[in-house]
Amino acid sequence: MRLKGAEVLVQVLIEQGVDCIFGYPGGAVLDIYDALYKAQDRIRHVTTCHEQGATHAADGYARVTGRPGVVIATSGPGATNLVTGIANAYLDSVPLVAITGNVARALIGRDSFQEVDITGITMPITKHNYMVKDVDRLADTVRAAFRLAASGRPGPVLIDIPKDMQTSLTEYVPAAPVTKTNNSSVDAASLDAALALIASSERPYIYSGGGVVISDASAELLALADRLDCPIGTSMMGLSAVPYDNPHFLGMSGMHGGYAASKALSMADLIIAIGTRFSDRATGNKQAYQTGRKILHIDIDAAEIDKNIVSSESVVGDVKQVLRRLLDAGVQRKPSDWAEQVHKVKSSAESRPEMPNDRLNPRSAIEAVNARLRPDDVVATDVGQHQLWTAQYYHFRRPRTFVTSGGLGTMGYGFGAAIGACFGRGKKRTVLFTSDGSFHMNMNEMATAVSHDLPVLVVVLNNRVLGMVRQWQTLFYENRFSNTSLARRTNYAALADAFGAKGYRVESLEALNNALDEALGLDGPALIDVCIDCDDKVLPMIPPGGTIEDIILKG
Amino acid sequence: MEERFTLSILVSNEAGVLTRVSSLFGRRGYNIDSLSVGETENPTYSRMTILSRGDVATRDQIIKQLQKLVDVKSVALMPPDNTVLRELMLVKVNAELPTRAQIQQIVDVFRAKIVDLSPSSLTIEITGEKSKLDAFIANIVPYGILELCRTGVTAIGRNSNILTGKEDKEI
Repeated sequence: MRLKGAEVLVQVLIEQGVDCIFGYPGGAVLDIYDALYKAQDRIRHVTTCHEQGATHAADGYARVTGRPGVVIATSGPGATNLVTGIANAYLDSVPLVAITGNVARALIGRDSFQEVDITGITMPITKHNYMVKDVDRLADTVRAAFRLAASGRPGPVLIDIPKDMQTSLTEYVPAAPVTKTNNSSVDAASLDAALALIASSERPYIYSGGGVVISDASAELLALADRLDCPIGTSMMGLSAVPYDNPHFLGMSGMHGGYAASKALSMADLIIAIGTRFSDRATGNKQAYQTGRKILHIDIDAAEIDKNIVSSESVVGDVKQVLRRLLDAGVQRKPSDWAEQVHKVKSSAESRPEMPNDRLNPRSAIEAVNARLRPDDVVATDVGQHQLWTAQYYHFRRPRTFVTSGGLGTMGYGFGAAIGACFGRGKKRTVLFTSDGSFHMNMNEMATAVSHDLPVLVVVLNNRVLGMVRQWQTLFYENRFSNTSLARRTNYAALADAFGAKGYRVESLEALNNALDEALGLDGPALIDVCIDCDDKVLPMIPPGGTIEDIILKG
Repeated sequence: MEERFTLSILVSNEAGVLTRVSSLFGRRGYNIDSLSVGETENPTYSRMTILSRGDVATRDQIIKQLQKLVDVKSVALMPPDNTVLRELMLVKVNAELPTRAQIQQIVDVFRAKIVDLSPSSLTIEITGEKSKLDAFIANIVPYGILELCRTGVTAIGRNSNILTGKEDKEI
């Protein structure tokens, strides 16, 4: 079948099972949009307000579905507007296929209108990128991009398609969709060494990361914790893999992790790190983290082994497969009173949340939402204090229900991501926790949520300051609040109304409960402006480079 | 402890591959002391030789990070005692009539070659390991080096050690 390059692209998207994409039209992608117009019964295209929102939407879509998210942008500024979103997906190992148009090949390198070297720009933040220079290779390039985005450790892949490649004719030969392969074999010797290391341990601690969510290994993880009767602390990326009420779960560990998670870690003689890369935010002082205990590191990416933390033993492979192999091999630890020790820590006074929940504050607001959501409802966040409060106080019950920017820490991530997640879940209820700082970055996407009648509820924890920076200024900069006190007078509820959504402002817990009851019953988007104190802090906090000895429990 | 090491890397013979490899070194703060690249017996591959420095942990990270690049088909750490290492250097040296004979002697001792001359200078070509080239420079410096360029080290395994590319690796 002779087709134009743009039509081949759309055919391959359909072939790969893509039914929803995000993007923004423009001069260098006119032919792709023409092909999408003809295929609109097969592929839904969501036009966002800004290309950044479109990448975050594709990212949110990928996180909740586990399938690559797809984003399209035009050349030049359209392409550069994707950069933050691509970097965000790269840091959090999110499968993403970004498609950009570019000027025709004859115009490349001449600083033509809306020309930018997007493959050069995105080289360090993609698994790989392509510029299509031969239309006969277009289909296979797109297929390779999908395979690469989803395989191994997932990540973003960009395809830059010059305009003349979109209009040239080529022969299209359909192919079967690329399925995610896990053909990586697990090295038997490293498994044996891992088994021996666990067998010699009395006090193992499972530190579980985003790899467990990606590899769909929740059940295996919980089985391992049962078998070893040992606690689980997670990274922020790993949160949704463990139901909050699982008896082994101690919550998130790290800078803003719970006391029990950090304390138990410091008492362990073995850390079993699964699908995680030991970010500095999660480890604190690296020397103290490693001293006095062994580390078993399990990850699909060999380059993560010994990169940040030197392991005693390591197993490279898909987390689900490795955990199954360990369980099948009868993994056991040494008998000890470890479970009782952990229980003591978990029920200690230090482990209780410092923040009360009998009046309106971040904790009670998040708990009020939590009480009303179903286990599989998706919660997205922006970045800052509200994000950590959500990580601490929201009760995640199912994998892939927490959509947050972990590695890059992208303020403005949330709205696009919540929209993408909502589409990924068939337009089901989605809640975005954000703050006045983050919300102002990409609030334009409210218009997208309105256009598509998405049941996205935006909960703005509004403290009128850039709270996380203010918290650091309070603790480490002697209250010099440089440029973090915002003199904005945004009327959020009226703003939501102006966009065509429903807005609320609440100053008490009772008012919040009433607003939630109403807003969660709506079919379209809504926003609740929740007034909180500007000096509420995210606690506990282990200062950067610190240890459990430095933990700050009270504000 | 920091040490020098030599990496041989088979990469796809495509546009942008040199940038992908060198930008990986740049953004992760790895050293490149020398880099050379050229076609191989297989026209779809190029072979790069990179001389780098770092402790064992850094060295291992470099190798693993390189292996994550789609265009990198194979990476080998070349053992110093089982590798042929060569570098080519061209040196233009001041050579007035009274000193020409002395320079010719040095050239002979190092088994170098004079490849061009002018009334006041000689251009010398010399091939060898890095240490030989460095020693040659030390000897020629007193005469006045006008210009010098080196290709960077290239390396090949001794005996039947052959670097082959893997096309179906999973990343």
